[in-house]
Amino acid sequence: MNTKINFAGIEMKNPVTVASGTFGYGREYSDFFDLGLLGAVITKGTSLKPKSGNKPPRVCETASGMLNSIGLQNPGVEYFANNDLPYLRKFDTKIIVNACGSSIDEYVELCKILNTLDIDGVELNLSCPNVKEGCMAFGNTYEGVKEVTSKVRKILDKPLIVKLTPNVTDIASIAKGVEDAGADAVSLINTLLGMKIDIYKKRPVLANNTGGLSGPAIKPVAVRMVYQVSKAVNIPIMGLGGIISGEDAIEFMLAGATAISIGAGNFIDPYTSIKTIDGIKEYMKKCNIENISDIIGKVEMN
Amino acid sequence: MPKKVLAKLIKKEEIIKGIFKFSVEAKEIVNSSKPGNFIEIRVSNQKDPFLRRPISIYNLDKENGILEFIFQVKGSGTNILSEKEIGDKIDIIGPLGNGTFKIDKYNKIAIIGGGIGIFPLYELAKQAKKQGKIIDGYLGFRNKDFVMLEKEFKEVTDNLIITTDDGSYQNKGFAIDYLKEKMEKEKYECIYACGPIPMLRVVQKYALENNINCQISLEEKMGCGLGVCLGCAVKTAKSPKDKPEYFHVCKGGPVFNAKDVEF
Ligand SMILES: Cc1cc2nc3c(=O)[nH]c(=O)nc-3n(C[C@H](O)[C@H](O)[C@H](O)COP(=O)(O)OP(=O)(O)OC[C@H]3O[C@@H](n4cnc5c(N)ncnc54)[C@H](O)[C@@H]3O)c2cc1C
Ligand SMILES: Cc1cc2nc3c(=O)[nH]c(=O)nc-3n(C[C@H](O)[C@H](O)[C@H](O)COP(=O)(O)O)c2cc1C
Repeated sequence: MNTKINFAGIEMKNPVTVASGTFGYGREYSDFFDLGLLGAVITKGTSLKPKSGNKPPRVCETASGMLNSIGLQNPGVEYFANNDLPYLRKFDTKIIVNACGSSIDEYVELCKILNTLDIDGVELNLSCPNVKEGCMAFGNTYEGVKEVTSKVRKILDKPLIVKLTPNVTDIASIAKGVEDAGADAVSLINTLLGMKIDIYKKRPVLANNTGGLSGPAIKPVAVRMVYQVSKAVNIPIMGLGGIISGEDAIEFMLAGATAISIGAGNFIDPYTSIKTIDGIKEYMKKCNIENISDIIGKVEMN
Repeated sequence: MPKKVLAKLIKKEEIIKGIFKFSVEAKEIVNSSKPGNFIEIRVSNQKDPFLRRPISIYNLDKENGILEFIFQVKGSGTNILSEKEIGDKIDIIGPLGNGTFKIDKYNKIAIIGGGIGIFPLYELAKQAKKQGKIIDGYLGFRNKDFVMLEKEFKEVTDNLIITTDDGSYQNKGFAIDYLKEKMEKEKYECIYACGPIPMLRVVQKYALENNINCQISLEEKMGCGLGVCLGCAVKTAKSPKDKPEYFHVCKGGPVFNAKDVEF
């Protein structure tokens, strides 16, 4: 049985990665298991300078999911390079850094630094719904995505993945912008913009009023979008949104994802990613699949 | 280092209406727990309720590897938890939180708690008492129907003062007012507090103004409980007005030095 995949030039021992912002820089979960079991670790969204994030409350539970408005709190790329990267490197897994900026120049500056680091890939976050400037502002038009991605592509030699927001009318056209700009892959979806109201206080629960929805609640939307994007572009897809089991992962792969990512699923059980790897192997056994890459995009439409 | 265990429920008691005390077998967690630590409970295997529930450690029975926690039924999560039966396995991660109650250097201390905020103070008082410290307790409740654990706290304190807001049981008024009155004479070296935010604000203000050491246990909405999602932010006291900086309750806390946080 072969679970290896090649995602945008990154050789992974299996298709299971952990999603940005739900795994920190790996330390906390390494108390529970060997990070070397994962296909890759995708870091918390990291910016040029440290960011302190939004006012609390920053998270709240919703039906089969949660809203967050963390606001990209992170220690900045320099701190990451000196403290977290050497730690992560101790494990036999691939490291993909989720990069965020608030202007094109900032994305470029940041990626110039990332290009010099011992990492396996960069995931451009053009899709965070929780910060005022940047991110999603570039992420919701074909032109916007293409412009940032092209500028970063020029200076980045490492595999470049662009993460898409689902808060758009036509996800396929946005993915096309990524492909046309020369990126190696897309990842989707980031969180769906949502809101929850405390009916007694008559105010939104989150201090930021709105937040990003994640968890099993968003899975059908994510699967549909992965399918649409897979029909529109030829670059590989990292699929995510609500995955908490091997079955969920297989659904994304059939829809067209080469690799998948576990996000909020890490919170409900630190072993969700490991169980997902086991679940994928079980499915392979049950369905007599020798190579996991054989099932990518194999859904047949009715 | 936190562990995930399936802890067997061996004793369950509704101590007052809607408030349950659970005793579970969780040797792996008990051995490394400190007063002030909390646990995260997954109340069901279903997708809903989605997140784990943070609950404080009430009592550690190190000899028998038994952990006790007490919780109030609030919403769906605690309601499902309250329906567990003896023998059921409960999915718990713990111990969590690097900010715990520190006792070592003080000899005369006071604990002050309000309502369901009194739970994490018990293990602290128990350990302090065992170390021969002098410890006074001030516990405030809404009215006589909400008074709980009086006997238990009596055993681990030298003096225990119970207050009710309406005077329907023992002393009328707020616990902090009784503590302030005693402070003149008792000169506590440190105050340990947990309870509703308005109470904690009063305790914090009093401690800061009078230069008294004070450790406060805080709550905030959490995603992961492990320090990963950065959800449970609490503002640092030092941060400039226009550029707030944050600790996280699950990692830096839940217990903070009162002078370090703004809430
Ligand atoms: C460090 C810490 C220790 C705690 N210790 C105790 C304890 O010993 N005993 C006890 O009864 N309660 C304690 N709480 C509060 C307890 O976590 C909540 O009452 C509980 O999560 C409510 O869940 P629910 O599903 O019943 O309510 P719901 O209102 O349905 O919960 C919805 C969501 O909000 C969250 N939430 C609701 N209230 C709180 C709160 N006060 N703090 C943080 N998150 C909240 C829930 O976890 C859940 O994600 C503690 C909270 C924290 C942060
Ligand atoms: C608490 C939290 C923080 C997140 N932070 C980031 C981030 O920094 N960068 C990013 O690209 N996505 C971030 N995300 C989005 C996730 O990576 C993922 O795209 C989304 O949650 C959907 O997957 P899920 O349903 O499996 O959680 C965050 C999500 C959560 C819940």
